[in-house]
Amino acid sequence: MSAAKAADHEQDGSGARARALGLPDAGPPRFASLQAVREGLGDVGYLADDSISGVVYLADRLAKPVLVEGPAGTGKTQLAKSVAELTGARLIRLQCYEGLDESKALYEWNYRKQLLRIQAGEHGQGETEGPSWKELEEDIFSEEFLLTRPLLEAIRSTEPVILLVDEVDRVELETEALLLEILSEYQVSIPELGTVRASRLPMVFLTSNNTRELSEALKRRCLYLHVDYPDLDREREIVRTKVPGISEELADQVARIVRSLRTLELRKAPSVSETLDWARTLVILGVETIDAAGARDTLHILLKYQADIERAAKELLSVS
Amino acid sequence: MLDLLSGFVTELRRAGLPVSLTEHLDAAEAVGHIPLEDREGLKYALAATLVKSSSHWRAFETAFEVFFAVRTGGPGEAGAEGQDGDMGAESDERDAAGTGEGGMRGNGRSQKGSGGGEGMTPEELAELLFKSLLSADAALMNVVARNAVDRYAGMEPGRPVGGTYYLYRTLRNLDLDAVLAKLIGQARAGAAGEGLTDLEERLAADEYKARIEKFRRAVETEIRRRLVEDRGAEALARSVRKPLPEDIDVMHATREELAVLHRVLHPLSRKLAVRLARKRRHGRKGPLDFRATVRRSLSTGGVPIEPRFRHPRPAKPEIFVIADISGSVASFARFTLHLVYAISAQFSKVRSFVFVDGIDEVTRFFEGVVDPAEAVARINTEADVIWVDGHSDYGHALTEFHRRWGDEVTSRSSVLLLGDARNNYHASQSWVLEDLQRKARRVYWLNPEPRDYWGSGDSIVGEYAAHCDDVVECRTLRQLEHFVGNLA
Repeated sequence: MSAAKAADHEQDGSGARARALGLPDAGPPRFASLQAVREGLGDVGYLADDSISGVVYLADRLAKPVLVEGPAGTGKTQLAKSVAELTGARLIRLQCYEGLDESKALYEWNYRKQLLRIQAGEHGQGETEGPSWKELEEDIFSEEFLLTRPLLEAIRSTEPVILLVDEVDRVELETEALLLEILSEYQVSIPELGTVRASRLPMVFLTSNNTRELSEALKRRCLYLHVDYPDLDREREIVRTKVPGISEELADQVARIVRSLRTLELRKAPSVSETLDWARTLVILGVETIDAAGARDTLHILLKYQADIERAAKELLSVS
Repeated sequence: MLDLLSGFVTELRRAGLPVSLTEHLDAAEAVGHIPLEDREGLKYALAATLVKSSSHWRAFETAFEVFFAVRTGGPGEAGAEGQDGDMGAESDERDAAGTGEGGMRGNGRSQKGSGGGEGMTPEELAELLFKSLLSADAALMNVVARNAVDRYAGMEPGRPVGGTYYLYRTLRNLDLDAVLAKLIGQARAGAAGEGLTDLEERLAADEYKARIEKFRRAVETEIRRRLVEDRGAEALARSVRKPLPEDIDVMHATREELAVLHRVLHPLSRKLAVRLARKRRHGRKGPLDFRATVRRSLSTGGVPIEPRFRHPRPAKPEIFVIADISGSVASFARFTLHLVYAISAQFSKVRSFVFVDGIDEVTRFFEGVVDPAEAVARINTEADVIWVDGHSDYGHALTEFHRRWGDEVTSRSSVLLLGDARNNYHASQSWVLEDLQRKARRVYWLNPEPRDYWGSGDSIVGEYAAHCDDVVECRTLRQLEHFVGNLA
C-alpha cells in the first residue's frame, strides 16, 4: 500500500522521495529519460549497456547510492567519472584502503592547532585571567579546527558533486558503518558541532572488487549494479571509440580474440582496459590483421601470468 | 503489478535470496520510473533493487523469466488461435505418449493442429536453423526455436516438471553438435583460397558456439513461456527454482551445478583468505607498546593521544587433511582440499592425504603450484590410493596412515577427516582415531551426508565420532566455508 503511495507521487520527479523522507532536496532530476542517460554517457565516451544506464537513471530518480561490483578493469571507476563529466559535477573521490578510519574519511579535529590555541590562551594573557574553560571549549571545537575529509566535503559542498567511494571492499567491516549515515540520510553527525546535512543531494557511487562480502546494511541502502565483461558488440564499440585510428577489421578481430580468451580457464581473464592497451599497441606497431605469431608476441599485454600466456598460446595460437 | 511484484519477491525469498522490506519498497518505487513496455528495463530495475550479490543473479533470472515471461509470441506468431491449436495437439499427444513411443505420431498431429508456417519438415527446420545461426539473425532464431519446441518437445499440459526434460528432448532432436560441425565446415570452405589459419578457425568456432548458446536460450525461454501459460507463474517457479551456488548439495550436484560450484569456489576461497588474513592482522589484542606510544606522543607535545599496540602473534595450527576420494564423495573432497590450500597461508603447514582403500600423501602436488585447482586435478590421476579392490575401506586406510605418518602428528596439529564413513562393512579400526585424538590438538570429521543418514546402512560415522572433537555435517559450500573459516 505504501508502495502504491510512493508510485503515486513519483510522477512529479525525483524531489518527491527526498522530501517524503525528509532528505535535502535533490534538485531537478539530472536526467530526463533512460535514453538521455545512455546517449549522454555515449557522448562522454562511456558506452553503457542497458543495465548500466538503467541503474544510473534510477539512482538519480530514487536518490540512492549505486554499488558497482565486478571484475577489475571493467570500467567501474570510469562510470563515476563519466557521470561526473556528463552532469558537469565535481568528482570527490575517497580511495578506500585497509586501516581507513573516521579521521581519514569523514573529518578530523586538528589536534596540533587546538593545542597551540590552548597554549596561546595560557601565555598570551599573562597574569590576567585566561579565557574561561567554556569559551575555550567552544572555540577549539569550531569549524576553524575542523579538517574536512572527502565524505564531509561532499556533504557540505554547495556545488553539484559526485561522490566516488572507490574499492569499498578494502576497508574493514566495522569501518563500513561510517558510510551508512551518509548513504541513507546524507548527513554527518559530529558530536561537538551537531549534524551537518547535505545542501544538495550528491550522487554516490561505491565500487567493489568483491574481495569480500559487504555487509547487508550497506547493500540494502544501495542500488546494486554488476558490471561484467562486455559482450562482443559492445567491446568492439569500446575499442573503436577509445582507440583512435584503429581499423574496423582490427577492432573486430581484437574483440573476438579477447572473447575467446575469456572462455579459457585463466587465472585472470583479460579486462577491458587490457583489451584497450592491446589494441593501442597493435595500432602503434602498425599491425593490420592479427596473425598467430603477432598475437603471441603481444600477448603479455593482455595476460599477466606466465601460466596464462602459455595456456592461451597453446589453446588459441597453436603456432608450431 | 504490485501483486505480481509481491509474488515475485516471495519467490525470491523462497529461493534463498535475502530480500528485505526496504528493498521491496525500493523495487516498487523503481518500477514506477520504468516504462511498462520496457521488459529489459524492468529486469534491470528489479535486479538493481532486489539482488545484491552477483552469485544470486542466476536464481533471480530464472524467477524473472517465469514471473515476467513474454506472454505473446514474437513476430510471425499466429497468436491465440495458434496457441489453441497447440493445446489440442498436445493433449492428443498425451494419449499417444501413454503407449510409450508416441513422439513421432504426436508431432505429426501437432503439425496439422497448428497452422501457418509451422508445417515444416524436419529437414526444412534444420536448414532454417542453420541459416539463422549462420547469419546470427535473432528473429529467425526465435521462429526456429518456437517451431522446434512445437515439433520435438512433446509438452504435456499439467505435468509438474521444470522443463529440463523438454529442453533435452528438443535439443537432442536438433543435434546442435552436428550443426556446429557443419557451420565450422562451412566457414572453412568459405575461405577457400588460402584456407583458415588455426587462429581464425578457433575464432569462428567460438563465434558459432556463442550463437548456438543463444539459440539454446531461445528454446529454453520458449519452453518456459509455454509452461507458464499452462500452469501459472507460481506453480512453475516452484519446480524450476535453482538453489544458490552456496546451497547446492555437493554430493548430489548435477554436472551443470558442479560447473557453477567451480566458478564460485575461486572467488569464495579468495574472499575467505582475505578475511582471515585481515582478522589476524587486526586483532588489536596485543599489549600496549609503551616505547612506540611515547615516541608518537612527541608530536603532540608529550601528550599520549594515540596509543600504539604490539602485534599479537597467534600460533598457526598445522593441518592434516585425510580425504576419502572414492566415488560420490570425491567432489566434496576436492572442494575441501581446494579451500584448505587457498588459505594455507593461515596455517603453518598443511599436509594432505587421500585414500580409497589404500592411502597416499598428496602434499607434493600442491607444492609450488599457484592454483590449487591444478593440483586437485592431478590427485585424481596420480595418487596411489587403490589397495585391493577400489572400494572404500576406512579401517585399512587409517591403519596405514597411523603406521606411516602417525608419529608426525603432534600436539600442534589439527586432523581433518573427510568422508561419509561408508565402510562397506569392513572393520572400523577406530582405535587409530582414539590414538590420533590423544596426540593431536583437535580431530574433526566432515561428513558430506545429511545428518539423518548417519549411521544408516554401512555408515559407521558413529563409531568414529566417539573419538572426534567434532563431527560436522558439510554438504554445501556455505557450511564448508564456515567450518574452514573457524579452523584458522
